[in-house]
Amino acid sequence: MRLEELVAGVALLALIAYALLGGADFGGGVWDLLVPTASGRAEEHRVAITRAMGPVWEANHVWLIFVIVLLFTGFPAAYTALSVALFVPLHLALLGIVLRGAAFVFRSPGALVAGRSPLWMHAFRAASILTPLVLGMCLGAISAGRIRVASGRVVSDLWRPWLAPFPVAVGVLALAVSAYLAAVYLTVETEGTVQEDFRRRALGAGAVTAVVAGVTLALALVAAPRFWGSFTGPLDTPIVLGAVVLATLSAWAVYHRRYHLARVAAAGEVVLLLLGWGLAQYPYLIYPHLTLWQAASLPPTLRFILWTLVPGGLLLVPSLWFLFTVFKGRNPTAERAERGGPEAAGETYEAA
Amino acid sequence: MDSLTAARAQMAFSLGFHIIFAALGIGLPLLMVIAEGLWLRTRRPEYLALARKWSKATAVLFAIGAVSGTVLSFELGLLWPHFMEIAGGVFGAAFALEGYAFFLEAIFLGLYLYGWERLRPRVHWLCGVAVAIAGAISGILVLSANAWMQQPVGFAMQGDRVVSVDPVRALFNPAWAVMTTHSTLSVYIASAFGVAAVYAWGYLRGRRDAYQRAALRTALVIGAVAALLQPISGDFNARFVSRFQPTKLAAMEAQFRTQRRAPLRIGGWPDLRTGRVYYAIEIPGGLSFLAYHDPNAVVQGLEEFPRDLWPPVPIVHVAFQLMVGIGLYLVVVAALYWIMAWRRVDPLPRWLLRLLVAAGPLAFLAVQAGWTVTEVGRQPWIIRDVLLTREAVTPVPGVQVTLGGVLAVYAALSATLTWFLLRLVRSPQVPEFPIAPKAFGGGDRAEAGPCDLKS
Repeated sequence: MRLEELVAGVALLALIAYALLGGADFGGGVWDLLVPTASGRAEEHRVAITRAMGPVWEANHVWLIFVIVLLFTGFPAAYTALSVALFVPLHLALLGIVLRGAAFVFRSPGALVAGRSPLWMHAFRAASILTPLVLGMCLGAISAGRIRVASGRVVSDLWRPWLAPFPVAVGVLALAVSAYLAAVYLTVETEGTVQEDFRRRALGAGAVTAVVAGVTLALALVAAPRFWGSFTGPLDTPIVLGAVVLATLSAWAVYHRRYHLARVAAAGEVVLLLLGWGLAQYPYLIYPHLTLWQAASLPPTLRFILWTLVPGGLLLVPSLWFLFTVFKGRNPTAERAERGGPEAAGETYEAA
Repeated sequence: MDSLTAARAQMAFSLGFHIIFAALGIGLPLLMVIAEGLWLRTRRPEYLALARKWSKATAVLFAIGAVSGTVLSFELGLLWPHFMEIAGGVFGAAFALEGYAFFLEAIFLGLYLYGWERLRPRVHWLCGVAVAIAGAISGILVLSANAWMQQPVGFAMQGDRVVSVDPVRALFNPAWAVMTTHSTLSVYIASAFGVAAVYAWGYLRGRRDAYQRAALRTALVIGAVAALLQPISGDFNARFVSRFQPTKLAAMEAQFRTQRRAPLRIGGWPDLRTGRVYYAIEIPGGLSFLAYHDPNAVVQGLEEFPRDLWPPVPIVHVAFQLMVGIGLYLVVVAALYWIMAWRRVDPLPRWLLRLLVAAGPLAFLAVQAGWTVTEVGRQPWIIRDVLLTREAVTPVPGVQVTLGGVLAVYAALSATLTWFLLRLVRSPQVPEFPIAPKAFGGGDRAEAGPCDLKS
């Protein structure tokens, strides 16, 4: 493999990690909007969502920064073209990112001595929907070849590349997948009636995701023929079929309350979908004008990026593993019940 | 307002906003781990209460820092696409490394903030240490990228294209060491004096318990050490700038003419039309001495350079005066506090507390002023001597609109944050005790970490 391909592969893996982890955090915001207000369990839902996101959302968010940094360091021409062509949706994504992050900490009751502000609660939900939607639209615009570059300058206009049926469908798909992931993850981190609630939500979101995915593919046939061609081509077909199998498996597992299996299968489905997307996109970063090679930095920079993966990975992987085993290793609600509440847990800190 | 002005304003506001939280996101974790470390050693409850309270402030401030930092990573391209086309593959190396540092910071901060109940105390404390270290490294790497814009090396251009690159040389560019030292000290100074101001205010209003005193003392250990080291680092910076960035130095000191035995001008207003500085106090040979450690050295004036390559002189000059003035003020205030503490003056005199209260916002003003000197002093270049800022600006119309959006969102955030921090400061400390019910004589006071939502 060539340097450019390796760096692009790393960026794709980071994007997948962001979709799996950051995506689910946005999905949490969707379920915060759709809490069952009539049932009296709304508060329990919010608590579960906040508890699931709290310790990890910032680390999850860093994956996006990672993707951006890899893009501008490894493929500056593509980063530049996207910044110009997607000026409006990227600003909207930023709006969503800022509001979601700020609203999460402002509304998080443990951090708040002052009670919740309804305004920031609304901001949290709205931003959690806006961000995956517009980021998905950007992805759709890139795949459909709607961004036009001529002699190094972007010539497409401000709105047309991303405000069209196909990019919108990809945006809605990103949102639906985020909500699905969040619901599936939350079944693992709750119990009792709330767990049942999230099971139903996961099934609903799964059905919506399947429909939206179908519509998106159908639209691709018309709006992004080259992408459709590769996505259903010989290289991609096994991957896409694998994603469909895993999607079915995760829905089956949710239905039969095998939540750990569902979590793995749902995550695997997203991994395969994005891998398939990446392969279908190859060798273009921005179809049809910028290939990996046209957009790439010079080899010393690409080599530098790849070398940093070694020490970076050695530090990062154990740290991430530690974070997730501490907070996601076991069902937190079950754990609390076993240990007899926060007083007992307090002894952890007192022990030494 | 034209696109260039709007883009510069948007970048300036986004950075100015981010810098406050970036500084606190590096400085507060240091204070937090010192307090927790003191608790682990001494078992004095006030230190635990401080660590808890500072970790709550850090939770919010770090999140704002993270999202406002994300904004910048996009805005580099959204506002300055042509700049990133050239710079991305060169100074990106610093950001690639910074990505890891920031990652570790976020991971260990999550563990620290939400791990009070789940981790053993020493492990918990070590997570805090990791946050403090990763935060400092992250800041240093970002500054290294910025230093490259001041002192671009490690690449060659042919026309508009980069034709060769040495990312390691770009990362360790000549300005790297002096700039990162100065900025790292400045974030500790700002955080420490910011925290000290809060507790000096409480002290003035009659809260003089062990908690209040411990807070002041901890903050001012860091504040004093960093404030005392800062002039030394400043001296290195001044000599570096005078050698390599003569227009910036000339703008900082409003040195219009090339002069042997150039005076140090304190205050004053530079008049661009007459090329003179009014109302300044001049110390003969002062600038020559500071820049070259020789009172008779020749200092290049702005007249040596084409008029259109001058940075905006009045802004740079005033910002520089502010930064230096405040820096000296902070040294004096910290020294006074420690003299009083040494002599066990109790209670602390009200005038000193008032000086400390003022020192908080002033320290942040100094950070902003210092950043203004660096960045405005680099103008009209975005990459010094390589690319002009106006050549790099986005061709997209409507930056005025996004500028308005950035201002509105950040204003709303600032208002909520101020409100939040005031509530946090005023909230009582005792119920914050997370744990150790036996140690504090009560079983029902145990409170959980931020994630523990007892609804």
